[in-house]
Amino acid sequence: MSGKAQRMPESVSKVETSFKELVDLEVRTATDTAVKNLTSDKAKDMYKNMEDIRNFEENAKRYFAAGEIPGFVHLYAGEEAIATGVCAHLTDEDYITSTHRGHGHCVAKGGDLKGMMAEIFGKATGLGKGKGGSMHIADIDKGILGANGMVGGGFGIATGAAIRNKYKKSDRVVVCFFGDGAANEGVFHECLNMASIWKLPIVFVNENNFFAEATPQWYSSASNTIAERAVAYNMPGVRVNGKDVAGVYETAGEAIERARKGEGPTLIECVTYRNHGHFEGDEQTYKADFGEEKEWADVDPLNVFREYAIENGLVTEEELDKLREESIKDVEEAVKFAQESPEPEPEALYEDVFAD
Amino acid sequence: MSKEKLFMQAINEALDQAMEKDEDVILLGEDIAGGANVKHLEEKNEDSWGGTMGITRGLMPKYGRERVIDTPISEMGYMGAAVGMAVTGLRPVPELMFNDFIGFALDSILGQGSKMRYMFGGKATVPMTVRTMHGAGASAAAQHSGSYYGMLGSIPGVKVVVPATPYDAKGLMLSAIEDNNLVMFFEDKTLYGTKGDVPDEYYTIPIGEAAIKRGGEDLTIVTIGKMLFVGLEVAEILEKDNVSVEVIDLRTVAPWDQETVIESVKKTGRLIVIDEANPHNNTATDIASVVSDRAFDYLDGPIKCVCAPNTPVPFAANLEKLYIPNADKVLREAAEIIDDLKA
Ligand SMILES: Cc1ncc(C[n+]2csc(CCOP(=O)(O)OP(=O)(O)O)c2C)c(N)n1
Ligand SMILES: [Mg+2]
Repeated sequence: MSGKAQRMPESVSKVETSFKELVDLEVRTATDTAVKNLTSDKAKDMYKNMEDIRNFEENAKRYFAAGEIPGFVHLYAGEEAIATGVCAHLTDEDYITSTHRGHGHCVAKGGDLKGMMAEIFGKATGLGKGKGGSMHIADIDKGILGANGMVGGGFGIATGAAIRNKYKKSDRVVVCFFGDGAANEGVFHECLNMASIWKLPIVFVNENNFFAEATPQWYSSASNTIAERAVAYNMPGVRVNGKDVAGVYETAGEAIERARKGEGPTLIECVTYRNHGHFEGDEQTYKADFGEEKEWADVDPLNVFREYAIENGLVTEEELDKLREESIKDVEEAVKFAQESPEPEPEALYEDVFAD
Repeated sequence: MSKEKLFMQAINEALDQAMEKDEDVILLGEDIAGGANVKHLEEKNEDSWGGTMGITRGLMPKYGRERVIDTPISEMGYMGAAVGMAVTGLRPVPELMFNDFIGFALDSILGQGSKMRYMFGGKATVPMTVRTMHGAGASAAAQHSGSYYGMLGSIPGVKVVVPATPYDAKGLMLSAIEDNNLVMFFEDKTLYGTKGDVPDEYYTIPIGEAAIKRGGEDLTIVTIGKMLFVGLEVAEILEKDNVSVEVIDLRTVAPWDQETVIESVKKTGRLIVIDEANPHNNTATDIASVVSDRAFDYLDGPIKCVCAPNTPVPFAANLEKLYIPNADKVLREAAEIIDDLKA
């Protein structure tokens, strides 16, 4: 080898213990021009969507506590702006892969509320005929390639769907949602690398809620942000305020357009917070009465958007209230549907192992 | 001194005593302490979850984060690291939270740890114990409920232990950690809350020895893990029909105790194996094959295997109940081979 010896980069100071320092690192919020790309109808759709997710989760919480929903339930409430802002750009033709905290992604991608609720109740009318449950909600017809009980399980599937889209010369894109914890699985590295060398039409959307179960991100990640890891894969990496749906919408829009045009993948880190326990029943002793986290925890993405949308003349307060009521009603109906649906028939145990 | 203890306490106590005895015993896994670098916990030297099921609770405060290592969600990395730690002289006890996640960690076991000694001409030892959790019955659905001990037990160089009682859990855990090989230790999530007498002292139970949990003359039932309780239930029921059942808890799946099983079958002439794994290429089919080879002349009827169906574990509670082998299913098989006994 010739040339000058490479100098090691100056060491970066690693945030070791502080939540606040990490939250306060630079994030992008909606730019002044973002609102120009938002129609009043789009704003209403997005607000209704966030309400649907919130109400879905509040009911999941309620009926889990009441013993009607078995198994594990991981709530997405508080992170609505991410799924909503991203999926607002997608059609049924586009694909997403989701996570164990997947209800929000599925609602945002057009998953039927009744079918979803029946699924988590374990009923025959559920999207998976009651055989999958909360961690495995999927609706292939809507491009939802499944919630996933395996942390990091979505990376490969999403990458494969993107290969399909590229091969078929379609302009469909894929969005791979994953958590801050999932970013530490080896498959993250493998798939971002492949997506980049093959310029795949895919967007990797990281939901950094700062916790993976009882482990904070400032412990588990060597890089302070997830977005900066994009450098290693030669793709854009953007860090956005994940509680600002307008900002997520704008950022995701750029990445999705890039993917549709065949310009390759993007990594977006959405900074958010896990307001609930890892799963229902988690005592969360690793959060100090929310301590210094409280200020950020209390930022409610629904309120953020209400203010933004009203201020920018996209909708009126009355319209928003009406959407909230509609959503409450829709989710109530979904619960009723789930409660009244039958259990799967015994034969269902043996069905759908193989295709014909 | 012996006291009634929970299955989960028995495991915790075994880990504690192993760490006390040997400073090279190191635990690693996801959230086995929890709350790493969380200020208020660090200040008080407290852990948080102590494992998803709280099994390792209290060990970090006692032994420190250097010996109870919370890892990022990186199964391939930390399981591989455990192999590296073991082959260089430590005695790691990595935890794979659910056995269903084995795909993320398999190379460390299948490709590396199990083969090193053989490939290196006997010059390497890999003394590690992988703790993992299995079993249906908790509505945990298809990716958190499987039973893959048989699959892993088919790998040469891997020992596999599946305890059913708190007493066995502690003794087998201590043996596993003392063992100079790669041992996989399977904990059934539905057994953690069960109770039994457990000595306070350090004791070991040999790996590879089954336990006759009930003596009998007419029928042998071999069980794995929590299937022991199905076997015992069936024995009670058949006793009323004057059928005397011998129940053998296999305890170790690899290498399984051929002598104890074959001696029993030679006496009873009938064998049912209950295994919660899927029905093909599992421990039950292996037992059936070996017994039909080694004790064919003693058999009075076909060997019956009662296993889970050839499906993933369903979520809906009514289906999951159908999935798990139960007394009714065993009795149906028993009727087929016991009819002539009554005649
Ligand atoms: C392969 C695998 N490893 C570990 C787990 C256990 N587990 C489930 S969720 C979770 C934390 C995930 O954290 P993150 O990716 O940040 O998602 P979040 O829960 O915060 O949404 C862990 C460790 C799993 N389900 N799959
Ligand atoms: Mg997280």
